[in-house]
Amino acid sequence: MRVRVSGPALEQPVVVRRQWRAPALDELVAIVIALIALGPLAYLVWRSWQGSENALAALQHPRTVTLLLRSLGLAAAVAGTSVLLALPLAWLTERVAVPGRRALAILFALPMAVPSYLMAYAVVATLGPRGALAELTGRVLGIERLPEIYGFFGAWLTLTLVTYPYVYLAVRASLRGIDPSFEDAARLLGRGRLATFWSITVPLLRPGLVSGMLLVALYVLSDFGAIAILRYPTLTYSIYNQYRLSFDRAAAAGLALLLVACTSLLVLGERQWRRRAAFFRTAGSSRPAPRARPSVWAWGLAGFGLLISGVALGLPAGVALYWWLRARRLGEVLPGVSESFVHSLGISLAAAIVTVALAFPVARAIVRGASRLTRLLDLPLWIAYSLPGIVLALALVSLSAQFLPILYQTLPLLLLGYALRFLPEAVGTVRAVLVQQSPRWEEAARTLGLRPWQAWFRIQLPLALPGALSAVLLVFLTTVKELPVTLLLSPIGFMTLATMIWNATADAYWSHAALPTLLLLGTGVIPMAFLSWWEERSVRRGREG
Amino acid sequence: MHAPAVRLAGVWKWYSGQQRPAVRDVWLEVRVGELLAILGPSGCGKTTTLRLIAGLERPDAGSIEIAGALVAGSDRFIPPEGRGTGLVFQDYALFPHLTVEENIAFGLFRLSRAERRQRVEELLRLTGLEPYRDRYPHQLSGGQQQRVAIARALAPRPSVLLLDEPFANLDAELRQRMREELRRLLRELGVTVVLVTHDRDEALSLADRVAVMLEGAILQVDTPERVYHEPKTREVARLLGQANFVPARVVGAVGRSDLGLFALEEGRNTAVEQVELLIRPRDVVLEPHSDGLGVVVDRRFVGAEVVYRVLLRCGITLETSQPPSVELAIGDRVEVRCNRARLAAFAGSERIGLAALLERVHRSAADSVRSSGPRDEAPAVSEAD
Repeated sequence: MRVRVSGPALEQPVVVRRQWRAPALDELVAIVIALIALGPLAYLVWRSWQGSENALAALQHPRTVTLLLRSLGLAAAVAGTSVLLALPLAWLTERVAVPGRRALAILFALPMAVPSYLMAYAVVATLGPRGALAELTGRVLGIERLPEIYGFFGAWLTLTLVTYPYVYLAVRASLRGIDPSFEDAARLLGRGRLATFWSITVPLLRPGLVSGMLLVALYVLSDFGAIAILRYPTLTYSIYNQYRLSFDRAAAAGLALLLVACTSLLVLGERQWRRRAAFFRTAGSSRPAPRARPSVWAWGLAGFGLLISGVALGLPAGVALYWWLRARRLGEVLPGVSESFVHSLGISLAAAIVTVALAFPVARAIVRGASRLTRLLDLPLWIAYSLPGIVLALALVSLSAQFLPILYQTLPLLLLGYALRFLPEAVGTVRAVLVQQSPRWEEAARTLGLRPWQAWFRIQLPLALPGALSAVLLVFLTTVKELPVTLLLSPIGFMTLATMIWNATADAYWSHAALPTLLLLGTGVIPMAFLSWWEERSVRRGREG
Repeated sequence: MHAPAVRLAGVWKWYSGQQRPAVRDVWLEVRVGELLAILGPSGCGKTTTLRLIAGLERPDAGSIEIAGALVAGSDRFIPPEGRGTGLVFQDYALFPHLTVEENIAFGLFRLSRAERRQRVEELLRLTGLEPYRDRYPHQLSGGQQQRVAIARALAPRPSVLLLDEPFANLDAELRQRMREELRRLLRELGVTVVLVTHDRDEALSLADRVAVMLEGAILQVDTPERVYHEPKTREVARLLGQANFVPARVVGAVGRSDLGLFALEEGRNTAVEQVELLIRPRDVVLEPHSDGLGVVVDRRFVGAEVVYRVLLRCGITLETSQPPSVELAIGDRVEVRCNRARLAAFAGSERIGLAALLERVHRSAADSVRSSGPRDEAPAVSEAD
């Protein structure tokens, strides 16, 4: 046996060169996918550079400031209201033993399955000048004028109703993660129930609140459908108009860059804040917090929550049903929906599968890769994340028209649009699945004689399959209701439920939108309810197990 | 002469973004059939060493041989699946979607169905897991999971079994039992084992040889007795347990300390005047004596024994473990006798040799000719050199 203890080797250091390791094939795939995600933004920058005069003119136009302020103001208003709605509802379903708590918890989150333009359609078709309520009140009470629904008020109401669940879900998750002993400690130190809530619970909820508000703000800033239907001109709407009305796309590109600057600043700001506030993060507690007995207030709150989610879900369904029955009664001939329905389902399913398939190598590289690679992939992902749908669609249309005419107006381009739009979301879900897989499993398989790809097929894939399926379902649900990308990238004559509703509302043919609305609600809300029920159950199991 | 089961020659490993190497210039040979324990504090590079052997990490310099075949080094790198090593992970890494039986059979895909069946049965019997064959990992207790992990690693008959902190996830009582069980099993099978641990009791009680590792380097490889009583450096001494260093003056070949006179064996370095003797807590016997050189300054009851801290005349506080039959109070004067024939003597941080005690505790001049009592278990005085 030979053991050299310290000795000469340390005094005369061996020249050891740490070699640069070339990325493996799967890592290369991840990098290529991430680079493609950067394409649209790169095009926008290039385009506005090319037509910098027009782009600058559009940016310097006094109206641009108004548009920007409207976008930001609406985002702030909706995010703020969402918090006011979501915080008590999350508290109610997490911390109060109200009967039917689980069902309520799912119901309160369901409005997020309603697309904003659909809610806008419902609001306009009810409260609008020629809407259902106007018709009723006109007939019964003789009142012809209702309060103005177009403009800020309608946009604010519509967007709040469909976005508050994002804050609600984030706050609920945070509430679940708070170790109840913090609150117990505060109570033992003499703070009352309310003082404890403000001094302990709310600060601990802040990361959840902020990330929920970020989601809402991004949603509002990028929203196009609701804003267009409710005629509240913001940045997204004027980007669309610039693109539609003028031949020069540099102006649209310039405005799009302004919008991207806003969204990416928000995303960046939240990340920065989160990094600083890392100490807020609390470990997942094994002991669930005790649930209070419902008081009068809690009953009131439950009723209020039921009203909100009931309006958010019932209004679109009710309105669609009303207009559909009215059309039947009047013997109106409605356009067929079956073809659009099949298109919607088919393209969304294809998009979901493609997106999750692309997300797999990226998520894998992020989870397993070297830290350098993870950092490298991070940038394109958050840029894609903060790219509003209308901007992405615009960039892809112009890009393909100019450089890839083979793709222009084709289904593959539409699929690419969807995939880029929802890649960050899919990567997030797949990543959460892969993170739970211990790298030891793969290593154990290797030491037991399996090659890397064999280990992948026998260990990682079977374990990731359920998670991958739910990622597919999630992307499917968001794709079905997606509007701007569908509108701009669909080949001519390719109608989906979303584009049908859009066209019908644009011309105020409320009854034409009725049936697609019902179908879209059905495909969106029902699987969403099942998915949340399933998740709720697994959280509960995980806690008890 | 057999080729060693595993041979590491000048192995270095850096992790990217880290200043210090995780493993620095490690030379190590594992003999066929032995159980070698790598002992060191967390973060000392012992797990990395194991992963280097298994092929889960690539060395930055040096070479690794398994059973005489080069598996890493000089532009050659055999991936883990080609090395024939079995690894038991610290968290066991049982495949959650496979049953106990399927987990054990996982590495046997090259065997025929009948052979596979037979081998799985054999291992189930050997590890006493037969009643649990259809269970999934999450339905097993910690001890059972560990047995599955060992069975799975042993199934393909690896040339060397690597164990990464195998008992770290078990509670104290179970750890003791599983340690015994594992020892029996491994002896029975005669496999070569490299075990990594930060638990010195585990290393000392299980291993044929112990390799002590600190900051990426291996400091000493020896039998458990020798690394415990004759450590090469102070760091090794400290890593293996409570270590007291009692200063002594050396004149010629003879030294004088509060523990008595001694002769330096292998006393090559005659220039040294100051040495320190390594005393383990159980190396001394305390006896109440009004003229003793030590004063009890602290007493701590720990169950099977009592820990006394004794201040010696030289200013050193000695930490000693005494059987419960020794009853002393704080402030009592005690005589400190050594019950070992040879102690390790240190100069600076390195051991310079062994010291043989010539005479027990030096007391006052009047008492110095007192003969030893019958209960004295101190061994016979051995002559220097």
